[in-house]
Amino acid sequence: MSDALLSLNGIHTHIGPYHILQGVDLEVPRGGVTVLLGRNGAGKTTTLRTIMGLWQASQGTIRFDGAAIQKETTPAIAQREIAFVPEDMGIFSDLTVHENMLLAARGGAIDEERLGWIFGLFPPLKTFWQSAAGNLSGGQKQMLAVARAIIEPRKLILIDEPTKGLAPAIINAMIAALKELKELKEMQTTILLVEQNFSMARAVGDTVAVMDDGRIVYSGDMAELAADTGLQERLMGLSLEAHQ
Amino acid sequence: MSNSLIKPRIERPSLSQIIEAKAPLFLVPVLMLIGLLAIGSGSTWLTLTAAGLAMGMMIFIMASGLTVIFGLMDVINFGHGAFISLGAFAGFTILGLLGGWIESPSIALNLGAVLLAVAFAMLVTGLAGYGFERLIVKPVYGQHLKQILVTMGGLVVTQQLIYVIWGPDEIVLARPAAFQGSFVVLGAAIEKYRVLAIVIGLALFVAMRLVLNRTRIGLLVRAGVQNGEMVEALGYPIKKLFLAVFMVGCALAGLGGVMWGMYQETISAHMGAEVMISVFIVVIIGGLGSIEGCFIGAMLVGLLTNYTGFLIPKLALVSTILLMGAVLMWRPQGLYPVVKAH
Ligand SMILES: Nc1ncnc2c1ncn2[C@@H]1O[C@H](COP(=O)(O)OP(=O)(O)OP(=O)(O)O)[C@@H](O)[C@H]1O
Ligand SMILES: [Mg+2]
Repeated sequence: MSDALLSLNGIHTHIGPYHILQGVDLEVPRGGVTVLLGRNGAGKTTTLRTIMGLWQASQGTIRFDGAAIQKETTPAIAQREIAFVPEDMGIFSDLTVHENMLLAARGGAIDEERLGWIFGLFPPLKTFWQSAAGNLSGGQKQMLAVARAIIEPRKLILIDEPTKGLAPAIINAMIAALKELKELKEMQTTILLVEQNFSMARAVGDTVAVMDDGRIVYSGDMAELAADTGLQERLMGLSLEAHQ
Repeated sequence: MSNSLIKPRIERPSLSQIIEAKAPLFLVPVLMLIGLLAIGSGSTWLTLTAAGLAMGMMIFIMASGLTVIFGLMDVINFGHGAFISLGAFAGFTILGLLGGWIESPSIALNLGAVLLAVAFAMLVTGLAGYGFERLIVKPVYGQHLKQILVTMGGLVVTQQLIYVIWGPDEIVLARPAAFQGSFVVLGAAIEKYRVLAIVIGLALFVAMRLVLNRTRIGLLVRAGVQNGEMVEALGYPIKKLFLAVFMVGCALAGLGGVMWGMYQETISAHMGAEVMISVFIVVIIGGLGSIEGCFIGAMLVGLLTNYTGFLIPKLALVSTILLMGAVLMWRPQGLYPVVKAH
């Protein structure tokens, strides 16, 4: 794909003595949602952290919007308009919800109109605006983590398992939020979403990549994978087998 | 979307939780009260209390930089004491040049001399901090054992540099005329210099709180203390913040050094290393990384040292160590534990 916003080519990542990513090739097309699936320990989080420069790739290239970024520092990568919602959410718990959002708005001030839109997506953030973020429930923290990533327009948002440990109601809220974000085409936001929950993945994903053992083992259109139960079974079965 | 499904709920803290959370605030008044009962004489108590608060303020000034550096960068800087000494000597140099101002009876000239000495000391230690961070600390971020070794090495090197520049002997540092002698308040003699120390310490505490709570830099520092990685992922170059905070922390050590030198009236290359025992005790009592805790801890150490120094002089130093033990038994992470993400 030539119109990929982000592409990883033969990415290897070592963490200490461990060789975690073993040649990841991944294309994230502009303007849609790409879902990264895979069993526990497949390397999904490591992939996102490598893109963000939080782990250094030992081999391979990462191209974002035409530039090779695999050697850049994390702040420099983030300044390329990439937002990151980590698996542990990365909430500043002693800061208020408001202060968390203020930091996410790199411009310095929060755009009121956009904030109104976010409050519509995640009403608890409005309720707890001045509370310490550490007092939020797990789902509310997840909302805050996503809200931080969308408070300013970004070209790419990396989201690591926003539904982990959440109740179905909140998962639905997340799906609604991501769909709404996707539909706001004029924002031109591309999302790379790590997700284990297949219904979430199917609901929001345009393209999909499946990882196993530090490599991409399948990639294609979400519609194809959703329609092909045999393929699903093969991929999921593979995951299950590998898991045991 | 499903608004109705997410019911926001605010947990109301119970009364005992509120008291538990605010308890450290009562420690200083309680200690003062115990001191009053033990000492008996109101005027003696007032003299000792002023002395204790002044000493506490100076220890706070020296400790505040150390605790912020630890909180943000996870660096235990055993070289911090070197900046205290360096600040004292830099201040001494300026006071020496301004001899006429110091001896003059004019309070304005006296104060001007002190302010210039303080400004120069902070400039010198801030710049020295720049070199220290780049050369010594930066290569060992995240490696605690190496940090201890290299910052101790930095301490020794800086002390030797002081020997080279100012000579190996203790030097007498005269206070400006206006800050010699005492006020008499309610029958109690209160040294003028102690009042100055209290005013400067309080001003610094208020200023630090304002910067931390009201400015964007302060917001970044508070966020960085909790989760530096996320600060970077939001696009802020935290290494630059580290350097800036390290320089400010060293400049504060320099400020504390001048104040402490004028208080002791003698300065030496190892004065910083000596006072570091109290500084470490204060930082541990307060909770590593907490400014509020550091402030309360410093007041407690200052007061306790002066009270026991009067009541049972032999116990003066031991008492602060006992205090630290007692605080840690009550709160193992110090008065105000700093929540870290990792
Ligand atoms: N800091 C680390 N040190 C050592 N090994 C690590 C570290 N982080 C991850 N790993 C290993 O790397 C592999 C991939 O981990 P990663 O977190 O990327 O998986 P994941 O696909 O995100 O899994 P999950 O679905 O459970 O979140 C795992 O085997 C894990 O044990
Ligand atoms: Mg993961």
